[in-house]
This record gives sequence, structure tokens and C-alpha cells, in this order.
Amino acid sequence: MSYELKVDDKETTDRAAGLSQGLLGTAADRPEGVLKVTGRATYAAEDMPEGTAFGVLVRAPAMGRVELGNAPAVEKLPGVLAVIHDKRMLRNPAQGMAGEAPVQGVAEADYVGQPIALVVAGSFEQARHAAEVMEVRCLGEIRPVSPGAVEPEVPEKKQSSMGDLDAAMAAAVHKVDATYSTSAMSSAAMEPHAALAWWEGDKLTVRASLQMLKYNRAELADSVGIPLENVRILSPYVGGGFGSKLGVSPEVVAAAIAAQQLGRPVRVVLNRRQVFETITRRSETEQHIRLAADGEGRLTGVGHDALVSNLPEEPFSEPVTQATPFNYEGAARTIGHRVARIHRPAAGSVRAPGEAVGVTAFEIAMDELAVAAGIDPVELRLRNIPAEVPGTGKPFSSHMLAESLNDGAARFGWADRAAEPRARREGEWWIGSGVASAFRVNMLSEAEARVVLGPEGAIVETDMTDIGTGTYAILGQIAGELLGLPQEKVEVRLGDTAFPPGSGSGGSIGAASTGTAVWLAAQEVRAALAKEMGCEPDDLTLKDGRATCGNISRDIAELISGESLEGHGHVQPGDASSKVKQATFGAHFAEVAVNDVTGEVRVRRMLGSFAAGRILNLKTARSQCHGGMTWGIGMALTEELVHDRRDGHMVNRDLAEYHVAVNADVPPLEVHFLEERDPWTGPMQVKGIGELGICGAAAAILNAIHHASGVRLRDLPATPDKVLAGLEELG
Amino acid sequence: MQIDLTINQKSYSLELDSRVTLLDAIREHVGLTGSKKGCDHGQCGACTVLVNGRRINACLSLAAMHDGDEITTVEGLSDGELSPLQAAFIKEDGFQCGYCTPGQLCSATGMLQEISEGWPSHVSDSLDGPYELSEAELSERMSGNLCRCSCYPGINAAIRSVGEKA
Ligand code: FES
Ligand code: FES
Repeated sequence: MSYELKVDDKETTDRAAGLSQGLLGTAADRPEGVLKVTGRATYAAEDMPEGTAFGVLVRAPAMGRVELGNAPAVEKLPGVLAVIHDKRMLRNPAQGMAGEAPVQGVAEADYVGQPIALVVAGSFEQARHAAEVMEVRCLGEIRPVSPGAVEPEVPEKKQSSMGDLDAAMAAAVHKVDATYSTSAMSSAAMEPHAALAWWEGDKLTVRASLQMLKYNRAELADSVGIPLENVRILSPYVGGGFGSKLGVSPEVVAAAIAAQQLGRPVRVVLNRRQVFETITRRSETEQHIRLAADGEGRLTGVGHDALVSNLPEEPFSEPVTQATPFNYEGAARTIGHRVARIHRPAAGSVRAPGEAVGVTAFEIAMDELAVAAGIDPVELRLRNIPAEVPGTGKPFSSHMLAESLNDGAARFGWADRAAEPRARREGEWWIGSGVASAFRVNMLSEAEARVVLGPEGAIVETDMTDIGTGTYAILGQIAGELLGLPQEKVEVRLGDTAFPPGSGSGGSIGAASTGTAVWLAAQEVRAALAKEMGCEPDDLTLKDGRATCGNISRDIAELISGESLEGHGHVQPGDASSKVKQATFGAHFAEVAVNDVTGEVRVRRMLGSFAAGRILNLKTARSQCHGGMTWGIGMALTEELVHDRRDGHMVNRDLAEYHVAVNADVPPLEVHFLEERDPWTGPMQVKGIGELGICGAAAAILNAIHHASGVRLRDLPATPDKVLAGLEELG
Repeated sequence: MQIDLTINQKSYSLELDSRVTLLDAIREHVGLTGSKKGCDHGQCGACTVLVNGRRINACLSLAAMHDGDEITTVEGLSDGELSPLQAAFIKEDGFQCGYCTPGQLCSATGMLQEISEGWPSHVSDSLDGPYELSEAELSERMSGNLCRCSCYPGINAAIRSVGEKA
């Protein structure tokens, strides 16, 4: 049996309120924490079977048809087992939720750095050496590598317009018309992508570092050319993803092919430079934003046009304007989207694809409008909160932007802020503060899970992953809450495609989707327990291993008399998403210091106030927000992938040259969650929280830079050279 | 070549290719995979271990340079029970994915030792200690260990809770 739910309508009763264990919403520790702090959690490349051989990918130094000049000689080097140049190998990873092979084939290099062969040897050192001495030639012209060098595609479905924006701009009392740009960025998850593959007959098993196993299984089967049932993927621990592990990637397919060819296990781990080059990046963006407002700062028109890039044939393009249709008032609205097809490494989803960069640019523009209109930037936003999605009549499922702004402003001490920029100076440093709203669409995805209740406790099983997000914790909390068990009595097993298919981790869908599947599975077990007790499930109280119904109370283990009860949950998105607009909202506040002499910017403190429905675990949710806000610091100040102008290769493709925020870059971060229930997201009334923290965070910092120093930057990141040039202009 | 190492108080005699790094010797040849490889180039700190009590990036060092050395990895930080620092990392949520965590823990252990011995850092006011475990000192001294999940608030709270008791 299975408990099924299609989320078509709202659920206004708080169904968690009748539960007694008291686990939901607490700051419970991560149950896998002990394994992680003692070094016993095993990631993809670890736990090697006997006889594993080692593969190292070889990169294309240019573009065009690939020739491996000395492959026969390399195959004779000590320890080398094979040079593999197979047409099934991948050009770049599959895009999120593709469920089929991405572009395959390594006879041709479409970008500099593309994997074109795999060298396998008996030891890692032998394989690495052999890969280094491979003579690779690419016989082709250099193709366009800069967004400005090509006529961009204008996908019809991604253009929209209502009202007359030009007329609104002409009639506006206050307006902004400016172009903003954000740099290409890298996820740079700490665990490099890795795969360890072996075959038993025609069955393939791969340990891999991936986020969405049910899709990855299909992508891998399709790439290798075998039936889905013959593929098993194991990803019990994933060392960070942030979108970079959504789709099956080149090392996974290469390891599977090599293991098949050699008849022994093969491990392929990307080195850090390969992670940068062959794993999807966030596209750079150029965004033309127009805001028209009346004398009170009320928006009458909004224009947002984005130019992004990707390789030919890639279906993904950074959805920059995703929040623009619903962020603020504005009857006239024009949204544009253009894609430059260029030969830089593939672009794909990186934490909060779309809003991370789109909301950031828009929120800088809102700050410019506040300055132009002489209205406090918090107040300007409050004046423009729409009652429904503008122009559509569609209501919001829940909407707490105003509350977030007010709550954040009060806690941050916004009232003490000087209205004018350049009002506060400490020695060489200009001090100022900025605000930005946070928006992120909320999505539900199909998910299944199994819950088995036995005499010792419960076991939750799904192929869902925990990429650091806290899945192990929250799924255990949900099952424990419904079954009346303390968290240590619930074992959560993840990351194995032998388990029921969860949603996967990505797009902040995990908690609501797979969490609801676990909820349903546990409800089925509850119903069976109620039957044993001879009462209705609603009249059943389960707490600390005891079942109570009226004046009967029994030990759960005794009640099931040594047997086990199994429940299966299955949730699917339904009509809810067409009836209402679902999103998460928040407000970012930042205080910065800008050095008048060097142009250096230091973030002194940051505060975020967020509303994302019911928060399942305060501790892990807060950490997710810390992560997003810190990525905002990186985006604002240091993160920038540099591509060579001639051949598009990634110049700063390692952690020494690509600067993610380090400990000393991150000031105290304050995170607050507003009490919210979203009735349209299923019985738990939760929404996703993994990405909201980055959306707009960088804008709060850029706006603070302007408030501190008077320098308005529209080109991210705000590196010292740009800040200095701005300071010089101000004199 | 033969290399003798003591890892977490256990002796190992290894026959290794001269190109094997200390990190790969520990992970692949001894099989202690707690120490992580984030970059293999000294850029991230995931591979931090203690060599004769001092923290180093094990990926930047060849195993051959450590014949006879005493090495402590994350697996050696506790003995049955969690160490106070490990327990504090769980309590303060000083990790998410956990991949940088072994390096953070070894690094913090070495760092607390360095500060107690009066070693200055880039942000110290003078070259003569003693030094307080101020926010600035802590952050500066831990900045060789990247955490892309960005758990710095939890990492620092955990280290501070232990450092202040020490
Ligand atoms: S793996 Fe050694 S510093 Fe990154
Ligand atoms: S916990 Fe993921 S990188 Fe630190």
C-alpha cells in the first residue's frame, strides 16, 4: 500500500499541531554528525573495493577535432592499463533533472578544458603522469567565446510584456534606467566530483558525488547504454553540491565505461582545476533594468532584460528574471531573456539559479530608485509590495516580505541610519549600511519514501541525498514526530537508488518534497498502529515509544509484537502551483566599511530575516542561511570566473585564484525566521530554505557600499580597483 | 621506497612510489580516509593533519619527507568518546556537508596549541604574546581552512567554546 498525495489545494489545519513528540522545529543535532567529526562518513571516492584502478581525465587544450598523438606510447608506460576515448563519454554534466544523457562524444572539443580521454593505471600517480604526457591536438578554429561576439538567441517563450513600459518611463516622476553585470561563478563545493564504478555481470554500481539520484540513474543508464534497472548509484555523503552535482558528470560515465572495459573497479576523481573547467558554472549576466515610479515612489513600470550564455545545445539558461513577474508592483512590465551561444565551459544551476543574480541586480536598482526619489529604501520596498501577482490576479500562497523588512530593520537598528551617504567615517574607512529584499520561487517535486517501524525503532529509506542541507536530521525528525519516537530511535538511510526515489537535492525542494513523502509513509504506519489500538488515527497519541488512545496506553514495541509495520509515501505536485504563486521572502541588511585609500570593502555585520513556512530544524535551517549570506559576500566582493578573451578558457580555475569567502571575510551573521505556515505546500506547510539566503544578499552589500562611500557600482564583484575608481570620481 | 610512519599512535611500514603525497599515503595506502582532498594544492586546508604536533597541509608534502614522523589525523583526535572540540562542532553546527570538517578540526587543534604557545599571527598587534582568542585572531588563524558550506559562525563558536575552557 501507499499513501498518495497530489497537492491540489490548501490545507489549513495545522496537522502537526496534534502531534506529541515535540521534534519538529527544534534545533536538533545532525544525526550523522558523529560520523562526520570522526572522519568515518565515507564520500564517493572512499570505500574502494579490492583491485580498484585509477583513472585521470585528459583535457582539450583547444577546440576542434581531437587527435591523441601518442596514445599507443602512453599505453605502454609503467602501470598504464588503458587510454579510453569512447564516444559515450560526456562533454559536460547533464543539467538538473534531465533524466537523459547530456551531449556525448569526445572526438570533438567544444570548449577548452573539455574532457577528451581517460587514462587508467594501477596507481593514481601512474595515471596522473600518463595523463600529463598525453599529446593532445585539437584541429579546429577557435569559436566565439564572448557573449558580445555573437547575435544572441531570443527564445520566444521567455519574453513577456504587459502594459506600455515606454509610456510609463516617459511619465515617471522618478526612474532608473541602468545596466548591471554579474560575473560567472563557480559552485566550488569542497568535495571534488568523484566516481568509483564496478560491474557485476551486466549490473553497474557507482559510488558518486551527486545530488539527484533518480535522475542521475537514468542519465547514467542512457549514457552508458544499459537499462535503468541495471544501474545502482550510492551517494551516502556528498561533500557539498550547490547545483554542481545535479546531473551526472563526465567522471561518472568515464569510470563506468573504464570499469566495463577493464573488468575491474575504476575510480575517477576530478582534480580541482577539472572541477572548475568541466563542471557547470553560473553564467555571467548583463541585465538592463528600468524602473518607473510616481512621486511617492510607487512603481508604475518595470523592465528587466537579461543576457546570459551557454554552450550550443545546452537546454539551461540562467533564469535571471524568475522573481521579476511577482517581486513588486508595476502595471507595465517587460521581461526579456537572451542567450549567447558561446564556447566557454557549460553553464548550469548554481545555488538559486536566477534569483541569486537577478534579485541582486534588481535590488541594487531599487536602491537607486530610493536615492533618486529621496525615500528610505526600506519604506520604498514596503510601498511596492503587491497584493497579488501583478497583472494576473493570482494570489500568493503566503507572503511575508513586509514582515521580513520590518523585523529585520528593527533588529538591525535601521532607524539610526543616516539618510545621506558618506555620513560616517572612522579613520580611513567610510561606514554605511544597505538593505535588499530576498525572493525565491518555491517548488514541490515528486518524491517517495518508505518508513518501517520495528521493535527497535523506525527506519526511513529514500534515495534522497544530504549534501549538507540537513536531510538526515529533518527526515528523522518528521518520522520521529509522527511515530512518537525520539530522534535516536529513527535511522535515516539515504543516497541509494535501491531505496524509493526521493526528490533529490536541488532548487530548495528537498524538505517539502521528500519530507512530505516521509510524512505520508509514517501516516500509513500510524494508521496501522491505530487499527491495532482499535481507534481512529486522529485519536491516537504516540510519544516516547508509547501509544495512547483514550484510557488505553501501550508500549509500541509490544503493540506490534516483534513484527514490523511498513508505510510508503508518495507526493506529487498538483494544481496548487497553478492556483497560487508560491515563493519565499526575506530581507537582508548589511553594514560595510569602505577604505578610502585602498578601495577595500569589509563587511562588518549582516542580518537576514526570512519567511519560509514552517522551519523543520532551526539549527540546520540557520546554517543554510549562513551559507547563502556568505555566498552573497563572495558574489559582492570577490567571486569572478575569468575567461581568456582569445579562447575562452577559464583562467582562474582553482581555489587560490578564484576567491570564495574565507573565515576572516565573514563577520557575525544574524539569522531570524518569521513564524509562517504555507497552507499550499502540503500537510507540513513548509517551504524551501536552502537558497533564499543568497538571493539579494550581495545587493545589500553593494547598497551599503554606496551608502558608506557614495560609490555606486553596477558591475559585480566590487573589487578594490572599481571602488577606487568610483572614489576618485567623487573627488 | 620504504617509509615508516606513526599515525594515531600506530606504526605503519609502507612501500610507496616516491611521488605519493603524505595525504595519499594516509588515505589510500593506510586507508584512513577521514583526511580529505579538496584541492591537492595547498589551497583549501581539507587535508590538514598534525605532524609532530604541528598542523600542515598533507597534500603539499610527500610521504617520503615524513619517515619517522608522528602524525595525528581526525581519526586520532578522539578515542572512543568524542573530544570536546568534536562535540562542540556537532552542537554548534560547525559543518554541513562535513567535507572540510576533518581539516577544520585538526587545524583548530593545532591553532589552539599555537596560540597557547604565544605564536603571533598576521593580525596580532605585536610579535610578543600572549594572545587572546579574539574574533579577529580566531578568524585569521583559521582562514587557511575553506568551508564552502560557509559554516564559519558555527566553526568559530565551537572553537571558542573549547578554547575558552582550555
Ligand atoms: S587538499 Fe590539501 S590544501 Fe586542499
Ligand atoms: S561543511 Fe561543507 S565545506 Fe565545510
